[in-house]
Amino acid sequence: MTDSLLRTDPRLPTDSLLRIDDLHVEIPARDGDRRRTVHALDGVSLDLAPGEALGIVGESGCGKTMTALSVLGLLPGGARITGGSVAFAGTDLASAPEPVLRGVRGNTIGMVFQDPLTSLNPTMTIGAQVAEPLLLHKGVGKAEAWRRTEEMLRLVGLPKPGERLRTYPHQLSGGMRQRVAIAMALICEPALLIADEPTTALDVTTQAQILELIDELRTRLGMALILVTHDLGVIARRVDRVAVMYAGRTVERAGVRALFAAPRHRYTQALFAALPERAADASQPLATIPGLPPSPADRTRGCRFAPRCEFASERCETEEPPLSTDEGASRDAHAFACFHPVPPDADPVAQLVPAVPAPVPVPADDVLLRVTGLTKDYPLRGGPFALRRGAAVSAVAGVSLSVRRGETFGIVGESGCGKSTLGRLVVGMEPPTAGSIRFGERDPAALDRRARKAHRREVQLMFQDSYASMDPRMRVAAILREPLVIQGIGDRAGQDARIARLLDDVGLPRGAVDRYPHEFSGGQRQRLGLARALALSPSLVVADEPVSALDVSVQAQILNLMRELQREKGVAYLFISHDLAVVRYLADRVGVMYLGKLVETGPAATVFASPLHPYTRGLLDTADHADPGDGAGVRPSAAPLGGETPSAADPPSGCRFRTRCPYARDICAREEPMPAEPGAPGHAVACHFPLAPAAR
Amino acid sequence: MTAAGSVSAAPATPGPGRRALAVFTRDKPALAGAVVLVALMAFCFLGPLIRPTDQVHTDLGRANLPPGSPGHPLGTTDLGYDMLGRLMTGGQTSLEVGLAAGLLATFIGTVYGAVAGYFGGWLDAAMMRITDAALAIPALFLLVVVATIVTPSKPVLTLIIASVAWLSPARLIRGEALALRSRDYVHAMRLMGGGGTRAVFRHIVPNAIGTVIVNATFQIADAILYVAYLSFLGLSIPPPAADWGSMLSTGITYTQVGYWWLIFPPGIAIVLVVAAFTFLGDGLRDAFDVRLQRTRRNRR
Repeated sequence: MTDSLLRTDPRLPTDSLLRIDDLHVEIPARDGDRRRTVHALDGVSLDLAPGEALGIVGESGCGKTMTALSVLGLLPGGARITGGSVAFAGTDLASAPEPVLRGVRGNTIGMVFQDPLTSLNPTMTIGAQVAEPLLLHKGVGKAEAWRRTEEMLRLVGLPKPGERLRTYPHQLSGGMRQRVAIAMALICEPALLIADEPTTALDVTTQAQILELIDELRTRLGMALILVTHDLGVIARRVDRVAVMYAGRTVERAGVRALFAAPRHRYTQALFAALPERAADASQPLATIPGLPPSPADRTRGCRFAPRCEFASERCETEEPPLSTDEGASRDAHAFACFHPVPPDADPVAQLVPAVPAPVPVPADDVLLRVTGLTKDYPLRGGPFALRRGAAVSAVAGVSLSVRRGETFGIVGESGCGKSTLGRLVVGMEPPTAGSIRFGERDPAALDRRARKAHRREVQLMFQDSYASMDPRMRVAAILREPLVIQGIGDRAGQDARIARLLDDVGLPRGAVDRYPHEFSGGQRQRLGLARALALSPSLVVADEPVSALDVSVQAQILNLMRELQREKGVAYLFISHDLAVVRYLADRVGVMYLGKLVETGPAATVFASPLHPYTRGLLDTADHADPGDGAGVRPSAAPLGGETPSAADPPSGCRFRTRCPYARDICAREEPMPAEPGAPGHAVACHFPLAPAAR
Repeated sequence: MTAAGSVSAAPATPGPGRRALAVFTRDKPALAGAVVLVALMAFCFLGPLIRPTDQVHTDLGRANLPPGSPGHPLGTTDLGYDMLGRLMTGGQTSLEVGLAAGLLATFIGTVYGAVAGYFGGWLDAAMMRITDAALAIPALFLLVVVATIVTPSKPVLTLIIASVAWLSPARLIRGEALALRSRDYVHAMRLMGGGGTRAVFRHIVPNAIGTVIVNATFQIADAILYVAYLSFLGLSIPPPAADWGSMLSTGITYTQVGYWWLIFPPGIAIVLVVAAFTFLGDGLRDAFDVRLQRTRRNRR
């Protein structure tokens, strides 16, 4: 510690690097004319030894980011610490004056934020930004600062760091930007790195690279890490200990193995059970947590989770459970704040999954949608004097697939692989450049105006952001009535009855008709979005990332609902998602997309169990499962996909995956592989050297 | 399976208009503007009923009486009309033509801009070149030329002013429409089979309504000024009818002799009404902005 401002307070324990005790943060808020206080943090306790990695998990709004910000004294305007202490290396940061905090930020504590695009200054070069903390805190000369910056950029894996010093953030990809942000946080060699959702904005394969990098740098520099995330999969393999937060409080604290093997708090247990990858088998509905997290403005007595907990007793509603342990007072003890904890030897998941195994009806062999050679190019417009005429972004390139009546076809792939474009083409939002889309015998492109309007009833889109997909000036009744009015279905009374039925179907109260979309929570809005998509009784719903913006517990509710309604109405889904676990749970068949190409299709179980394409294999290996593993024998050959997806404006010749493929040979660059079925029938792969089916 | 029932119990949520009103009423200058406008309207339209005066026959025997003369609290004009009464009837013309022209211009501009912005492409290009060309001609010049060709009456004056004033709302709303047409809810409506008319009138215009209303108040203020310009130049409705602009014009002739009461009352009235509309517009803009902020905050 070179900073003279950091003085040691003898009353504070020194064996831990950071110790947060019963921290309270309040934000004054106004709701119309009423003044209220939002209790953003309401008793957070953590501690962290030097060199240790701690994960903070929780759903959105639980206060995990607020905890990270309060360590640095960077609380948003109006918020203040009203109780508790934040002891960092012997100094109480909660009461420290601004100059002390400034000496800590970026110096002894580094921070990485979620969105690397907004956390970097677009008008400053990479080099100047990374060097800035050095110049601020260490008082080194300019030449020395540049030398160390280049070294740090090399350390975070930026290729050709010397040249990158003078580039601007927009010239780098998302993953590279996050590497720069990490370099900036680490340049002063902090004792603690706080990473707030560092990979949420990134793709699966990039996410794995970044987490690997943070891991490696941590051991190398011997710093402590706080990893804040909503994703249990991210935390499972990367930290030593985990703190689970709910509604502004730490509800459980334990070593990562202990927590994942046997969560003790009922909330943690329910959270695990709601994970699609933990579902016992795909025919079972997911366990859900009923209701929503409490608003931080309504402070209730007793346990915050009690209203949603099926084990809650009277005591839970009146008395606040303290964070305690039944393993003795050791620092590593498994602590939880629950009066009715899960017994230590119980199977955490089995208990909660309700036993309603309605078997999924096997989809009839009746093809509803057949897509052949579908291609979409977006011409690149470089202004009137562009040199490259005819250049185009190849978003979807020759995709062929079929969806049967009543089945779920999942499309997985990373961002930019063309999966959303495929969805837009199928619903007819955009015309394809080439190829055909047929519904049964019908070709929507060949229909006249009137027939095409009628055809719209057949296929509907469920949006990722259902809030943006609803007119903010319309009440729910008008939103749900709109499709019926446009298609001229029923009179007003008939439409009202239908709207009421739709709301019943998606589990929303009928009183919702008088509300505006902004009054609903994310999950409720997604229910509305589903209701609207189903209003015209379509035979196909294209669902574009319908659950990716939702918390795990809410996501499980929506997935169950989608499956339930599919069973009732026989609707087919084209389900587009980047989340492998969700697709594996919901889809009957899947297609894997890479850079506009469909590289592998087949029954979901087969594809996930024995992938044939190296890319699918890589995706499955890099995806983080909510499982810390037992340390031995897990994924021995796990080789995370290196590199980054090439630009779709200039795709590689031959096989588009070859630039990242470990098995690529000359033929891959010359010839484009055609889909073939080397193994089980119905399991097609477009690869010259498909993996042996038993490779996994 | 039921989602949390917090949305079921309470009565229907007030619409965005009502919420904007709640914010608006807390805005002191805007409220003052509204009060001044109501007072001026009452003065101009109800005043003559309470205090009827002869504004048709000249009475040169009582010309140019100073304020405070018996029966004429604001004095008389050069032709012997009662100043107070003339302020009322003149105000009727100014306010009627201003309001009508401002609203008409906003309406035409909104529809024109929304159509151009929503449909885009060559239609947008063609429509916008027309407005660009029209904007290139100085408005006052155009007004003067037209007003010298036709003899103005109230409807004619309204049309003339609106025909110049609709250009700026058209460009403004076109910009809004360009942004709104790529919103997901417009896509969603098109996927249901809905067409352009529905998109423009059900989604684009209602969602641009904040801009439209705010712009309308400024348009009205502008139109009132236009009326004043034109009549000041002697191109307004012929005597014995009057408006505040023509009253000013008459008064100017007598500045050298010190008949100040011919200038100040109509001048102050014009300033007052334009300022009131401007405050009102500012207040409305804030009201709609706050509504949007609140919506955003509720979003999770």
